Amino acid sequence: MATAAFETPKIKPYPVIPLVQVGATSHLKPFVANAAIQKAVGFPQELVPDWQAKAIEKMGELLGKYRSLQVYMDSCVHCGACSDKCHYFLGTGDPKNMPVARQDLMRKVYRRYFTWAGKHFPKLVGAVDLTREVLDDWYSYFHQCSECRRCSVFCPYGIDTAEVTMAAREIMAVVGKGQKYANEIIGKVHRIGNNLGIPGPALENTLEGLEEDVKEETGLDIKFPLDVKGAEVLLITPSADFFSEPHVESLIGYAKVFHAAGISWTLSSHASEAGNFGLFIGNYEQMRTISLRVKEAALELGVKRIVVGECGHAWRVAYSFWNTLIGPFDYLDPRYPVPQHICELTDDLIQRGALRFDKEKNDDRIITFHDSCNVARASRMGNMPGGQFVIPRRIITSVANHFHDMAPETIHESTFCCGGGGGLLTDDLLELRVKGALPRMEALKHVVDDHSVNFMATICAICKAQFTKVLPKYGFDMGMVGGVHQLVSKAIRLGDHR
Amino acid sequence: MSLLSILFAVLFYAATLVLVVGVARKIRIYARTPAPLRIPTTPAPITASGVGWRMAREVVFFESLFKASKWTWIFGWSFHFGLLLVLLRHLRYFQEPVWLPVMWIQPLGTYAGFLMVFGLAGLWARRFLVDRVRYISTPSDHLMLALLLVIGASGLLMRFVVHPDIVAVKQFTLGLLTLNWQALPALPLLLLHLALVALLMLVFPISKLLHAPGLFFSPSRNQADDARETRHVAAWAAALDKKP
Repeated sequence: MATAAFETPKIKPYPVIPLVQVGATSHLKPFVANAAIQKAVGFPQELVPDWQAKAIEKMGELLGKYRSLQVYMDSCVHCGACSDKCHYFLGTGDPKNMPVARQDLMRKVYRRYFTWAGKHFPKLVGAVDLTREVLDDWYSYFHQCSECRRCSVFCPYGIDTAEVTMAAREIMAVVGKGQKYANEIIGKVHRIGNNLGIPGPALENTLEGLEEDVKEETGLDIKFPLDVKGAEVLLITPSADFFSEPHVESLIGYAKVFHAAGISWTLSSHASEAGNFGLFIGNYEQMRTISLRVKEAALELGVKRIVVGECGHAWRVAYSFWNTLIGPFDYLDPRYPVPQHICELTDDLIQRGALRFDKEKNDDRIITFHDSCNVARASRMGNMPGGQFVIPRRIITSVANHFHDMAPETIHESTFCCGGGGGLLTDDLLELRVKGALPRMEALKHVVDDHSVNFMATICAICKAQFTKVLPKYGFDMGMVGGVHQLVSKAIRLGDHR
Repeated sequence: MSLLSILFAVLFYAATLVLVVGVARKIRIYARTPAPLRIPTTPAPITASGVGWRMAREVVFFESLFKASKWTWIFGWSFHFGLLLVLLRHLRYFQEPVWLPVMWIQPLGTYAGFLMVFGLAGLWARRFLVDRVRYISTPSDHLMLALLLVIGASGLLMRFVVHPDIVAVKQFTLGLLTLNWQALPALPLLLLHLALVALLMLVFPISKLLHAPGLFFSPSRNQADDARETRHVAAWAAALDKKP
């Protein structure tokens, strides 16, 4: 069973590359999407009878549509540079969690059906038929990749396993073997408007409740506007920010920043979700359709700017893909980047001296920062490469006095995934999530021991949810994780505008 | 003119044809396949010249591999750099008179053979000694290393131990270029060396040796980080916008 008991890995004094343990996580696989879930997103309701032919046909189609897939299938030389880079391999020792071996699950099928050598000398080049066993292996191990791109940093050809995983998931979805968690959420976005399935009235209620809470805390009327036409900024944020802890603390932080800076803003009930699980299943059409809600909301509300809240993969889709998917944004104010990250907005205000902080209000916290994979390796902030590392840290050090980075090989472009990204944040994969968090937990343990760090800030809804769940398994307090704007919220000096 | 000489002449024409046509075909496929979304591994350069510099660092210094594994980098870079010098040195067999830079490289090029063989031996050793690399190695991975190693070793042997009549060899290679076929010295070591080189050329376009052109087309490396400024809509993706 996917949810059977398992042992949390021991944190070692220094990182050790595990020896290969064949089949260590072959039992892990997420629940398969049922007929209703598949139907809701337009995929076949069960494994189609001619699934093998369909899968090969789809693979051929994708090879023709994505240069990345075509080049990555051909270029790997099995050098092993990536073999010790995946957090799931480091946490489980299963060799199929080495990026090269994960890619090879598809590459060996590619070779068999699409290359001369694989057609005529399959054994020599390791080519195999797409059998039921291979498909099951795909389902298991392409759902043990969080599409975090760490392998692509180290590959001499830049081969990105995320691209291969996305292609494999797309192929599996169209032959009727979709993943329950991701596809159910995509269905919810289409039906209700957000991943958590919060209907408009419930959202309105929640926001009113937040206004009351913040009034109690600050004595000020800090608004959480919804569907306000003519607002300057449309904020697109992960729906977890409305309901989950610690996410909501950051939402309060955004509201305080807008309030303090005097920027009118609004949320949208039509586009009440920044997350875009179309990315996780590698489906361009889904990703585009989900993104289109943002364009519709922006036009409907007549806003001038679009700002995105703390969410890793959402920022990747927004930053790297929105302009292509739903642009051009010629109807927005050209003086601001589109989209703009909330951290870019806050940092810009801080740099211009428009915000003031009482840093000592965060003095009880000794802070470190976890770079979220999609922000670190698949997007940018600011106008220089690497701004995505500088800006969040600059905000933290502007609002708090105690900050220590984790080890250099575990942050910035080399950051480790939280272990729950890429559509794996589901309890049927809890064992994988706990084990995959090991490298991050080891790095965290070091700064906890050396610098008494007691707070790990991050800017991703999935990271926050994942760490809340796995921190206790490693003996840490689940309250250690929170958002950057949670820190902003604590220290920001408010006061009514004149 | 022996049958053997004719056989080798034909073999090299065929191998060259397969290499050039095969790689050109692959490059054409890579160039024509759309890249519908911006996926550079960030932090990435934001300008085209920045991308050129990033690519140059990858191609010349193997920057990413250096980040990944120092051992693999030492062996891999030694092999490739050694091979480059050896190839440049071999240009003398195709030129009369020999270009000055090729003359200069001559002394380096002869010893680069050792560098190349050292690198290959190290890369092969990893396939046995590192359990992760052992797990991912296929028969073709081993054979490819064996092929290159025998080519390198046979070349070194001919340079330092068993000397073929290199004047005659040069007449043969120049003869291939000028379509004026000449006899090839029938030294077994030379024939082995040349046959394996031809084999390498033949398998190039159907094997992992495609990593060479592949790197230049790798979207995670060759794209500028300019997604907010520029739309990149592929033709098939643009068609979606036209649907109601």
